[in-house]
Amino acid sequence: MKIADKNTKAVDLVREALEKAKEYEDYHCFISMNEARALDRAREIDEKIARGEKVGRLAGVPYALKDNYLSREGVTTAAARMLDNFPSPITSTAVAKLEAEGAIMIGRANLDAYAHGSSTENSYFGPSHNAVDFDRVPGGSSGGSASAVALGIVQFALGSDTGGSIRQPASYNGVWGMKPTYGTVSRYGVVAMASSTDVMGCFANNAEDVDLVMSIMAGKDPKDSTTLDNFWTRELEDAKPKKKKIGIIKDFLGDGVDPDVVKTIRDYAAKMKKNGFEVEEIEMPIMKYGLAIYYIVQPAEVASNLSRYDGIRYGHRASDITDLDSVYSKTRDEGFMPENKRRIMIGNFVLSSGFFDAYYLKAQKARTLLINAYNEAFEKYDALVCAVAPAPAFKFGEKTNDPLQMYMEDVMSVPPSMAGLPALAAPAGISKDGLPIGVQLIGPRQSDQMLINIAKTIAEAK
Amino acid sequence: MSEYKTTIGIECHVQLNTATKLFSAVDNDAVDKEPNSCVSPIDYALPGMLPVLNKAAIEKCVRAGLAMNCKINLTSRFDRKHYYYPDLPKGYQITQMYQPIIGAGVIHLPDGSDVHIEHAHLEEDAGKLTHFGTYSLVDLNRAGTPLIEIVSMPDIHSAAQARAYCEELHRLMMYAGVTNGDLYQGNMRFDINVSVSKTEELGTRTETKNLNSFRSIERAVEYEVKRQIEILESGGKVKQETRGWSDAAGKTTSQRSKEEAQDYRYMPEPDVPPVVLEQSYVDKVAASMPMMPDEYRSKFGLLNLDHSESEAILNYPILAKRLNEVCDRNIKLAPRVAHWFSGVLLSEENQDKNFALATAEELTELSEMVEKKELSSTGAKAVLMEMYDKKNTAKTAHALAKEMNLLQENDEGALEAIINEVLTAPECAKAADDVRNGEMKAIGFLVGQVMKKSKGKANPATVNELIKKKLQ
Repeated sequence: MKIADKNTKAVDLVREALEKAKEYEDYHCFISMNEARALDRAREIDEKIARGEKVGRLAGVPYALKDNYLSREGVTTAAARMLDNFPSPITSTAVAKLEAEGAIMIGRANLDAYAHGSSTENSYFGPSHNAVDFDRVPGGSSGGSASAVALGIVQFALGSDTGGSIRQPASYNGVWGMKPTYGTVSRYGVVAMASSTDVMGCFANNAEDVDLVMSIMAGKDPKDSTTLDNFWTRELEDAKPKKKKIGIIKDFLGDGVDPDVVKTIRDYAAKMKKNGFEVEEIEMPIMKYGLAIYYIVQPAEVASNLSRYDGIRYGHRASDITDLDSVYSKTRDEGFMPENKRRIMIGNFVLSSGFFDAYYLKAQKARTLLINAYNEAFEKYDALVCAVAPAPAFKFGEKTNDPLQMYMEDVMSVPPSMAGLPALAAPAGISKDGLPIGVQLIGPRQSDQMLINIAKTIAEAK
Repeated sequence: MSEYKTTIGIECHVQLNTATKLFSAVDNDAVDKEPNSCVSPIDYALPGMLPVLNKAAIEKCVRAGLAMNCKINLTSRFDRKHYYYPDLPKGYQITQMYQPIIGAGVIHLPDGSDVHIEHAHLEEDAGKLTHFGTYSLVDLNRAGTPLIEIVSMPDIHSAAQARAYCEELHRLMMYAGVTNGDLYQGNMRFDINVSVSKTEELGTRTETKNLNSFRSIERAVEYEVKRQIEILESGGKVKQETRGWSDAAGKTTSQRSKEEAQDYRYMPEPDVPPVVLEQSYVDKVAASMPMMPDEYRSKFGLLNLDHSESEAILNYPILAKRLNEVCDRNIKLAPRVAHWFSGVLLSEENQDKNFALATAEELTELSEMVEKKELSSTGAKAVLMEMYDKKNTAKTAHALAKEMNLLQENDEGALEAIINEVLTAPECAKAADDVRNGEMKAIGFLVGQVMKKSKGKANPATVNELIKKKLQ
């Protein structure tokens, strides 16, 4: 990480980032820029350094903020018309912690509206572009963040991951993306998607940067009752795996997975073996139900969490309202994207009386079985390895008319989300078409640093 | 018509008097506050806001549960109940659908009957809507106030019993110290489920919502029973529905039928972890509970008070506590104190007094002074009012009586001197003669003269006796 010091001016770091952002404007990584305020903050940090005062661990480091984090700097949109022009009176805990260490937000990164999607094509403000292939999607929902890091605009970016929203775009753009253990980083001040699997994480270009950013954001927050005591306390080299045993999830190497992706995972496994790991293929048949579980539980929570956007207190309100019902129906019709509405409909259906037991309750029971399967696997292995997504980045419009195809994108990334496990996406290979392919490392709860340690070892090995 | 059996179950919402709201750290007391002045970003349901459970509400729940002899569930959870209304900012209410904190229990009513509690759960209150011609205004001050909803079993069979149950519930919550108990402010609100049937099988029930006075509960039950019997007698069917009560009209009216009932799409609340209590914590709370109305009842039963008199005192936990303390000091002196409470202190004009002011020690002393004839009963009431009027409780009853110049002269030596003086006075000669001759009516004049000379401090009964003795 390039951090401001006596020789490197924060203002230069920020200016460089802003210039690059302009240069890559076509990629539409950002919904809004924070130029003036970012430069002011950079100057403050430079003055501190000049006075010999202590500055934070991320002094002057420009970063991109996924636009579902609340911050008093500018407006938060969640890429939805519903929150078009919403000046937040509060700042999320994660952002506050980063800013306390001197990090400087230069802009709000694009996403699928309310983080619903795998391509950023659901953004009210239009999609972002893949950093490697302009004609392809950057993945999603944190597509703008991933693309901004991959294009070198910023050194790191924040994302949120409910079922793969950090890992899949990281894989599509060839950068590192961390989905930490559920409860690692406070969700306070981040627009909720599905509360029981939402986690806050980051994108960066290498293992150390991921570790540094996460170590700053991690920790208990009295404002989020689901946060864990800070366990992100070790030096990265001290977080070595004990068993040096890895399980490759066989169920994700078969039908429906792109041959280039399969080859990348097999090559990665071979590299691990070469570097002292014991590597075995493991069958986890329950994994194929992960997606079904996820697309019941997640829409239920989405439907519930989106209930507050009713046009009464803040955000968008339809203009031609006639009565209370029309305040709700017209506002929500105009404010939400089709994918938002689809999830609201599915969610309310699975929660409705008469269907709750058959869908929601059954899904929660299956979720317990999924967690048990992981626990069993981790008795034997330090970590599990599979791809992040079945194929590399796809072209715009390729899947927009087939929501089920789009949901299939999440098949490998949702199981760890449902179990609250840490999962790291790291660059692992390139497809025949030159597209990045990532590998996913999954570990027991709170083994986040160990996963980074393993991936770093393999990344640095021959 | 008398062969119909009435069955009633009651749901009661109790607003807890915690300092802050159930899931946010803003002031929970909105009385006399500007609309929307007690609202945090959490209550306002801004994006990204998360509920943080107020632990003080949990203790209040445990207290309320213990007051109703309920099982306290050591693990309880929260759920979301969804519906759209402008007074519900999140679009859902956080409540406890599946695992409530308070389990089954029972309440003993003063008439000896029992009403079982099915369960009681903790939830947040909604805001308030005020409707105007073409628009409505939302006040979220009340949104997020902790509530417990107490659900009774259908053990109630008359309007009078329904009222007695609600009154006893109110007393229990006041004794447990969990609510301000102001019905006018909506601190306790009642929903009554009423059905009638000629057979063992229960009839179709209606639910009349949001009653907030004991009288309206009794009237609404009476009205519903009559209405339902009339429907059945004329060959009709009672519709299962939600009804509202109009106090002015003295009627219930249909609000919503079962077919229109909402689907609340309950879902476990993922943002609030389960509440897990230790038995030792519950035991600690139990040890801190004050005496309950039932215990007071058995104690006050020894005082030979009217039922209405003791129940009136029981409505005020502080007065019950004082009376009990007086009992412990000297039970013989307690009935007089009870009469003072019910007859003087609880009269309309004294409702604004601070009932906590007089101590048991002072009240016992005051009662003893009357017992010893050091004070007339009128004088005692004056001292009593002084005790509750001023904050001079450091003074003893005796000192107050003296200061107010109300002490009676009971020293027979001193009295005799005055009496002799009166009897020998020329203006009294005729009256004295009359008494000597058996015309007892004249004694009043003589007593009056003695009282005058003693400046009102003589005890008239004693004077009367002494004069009689002297002249006969």
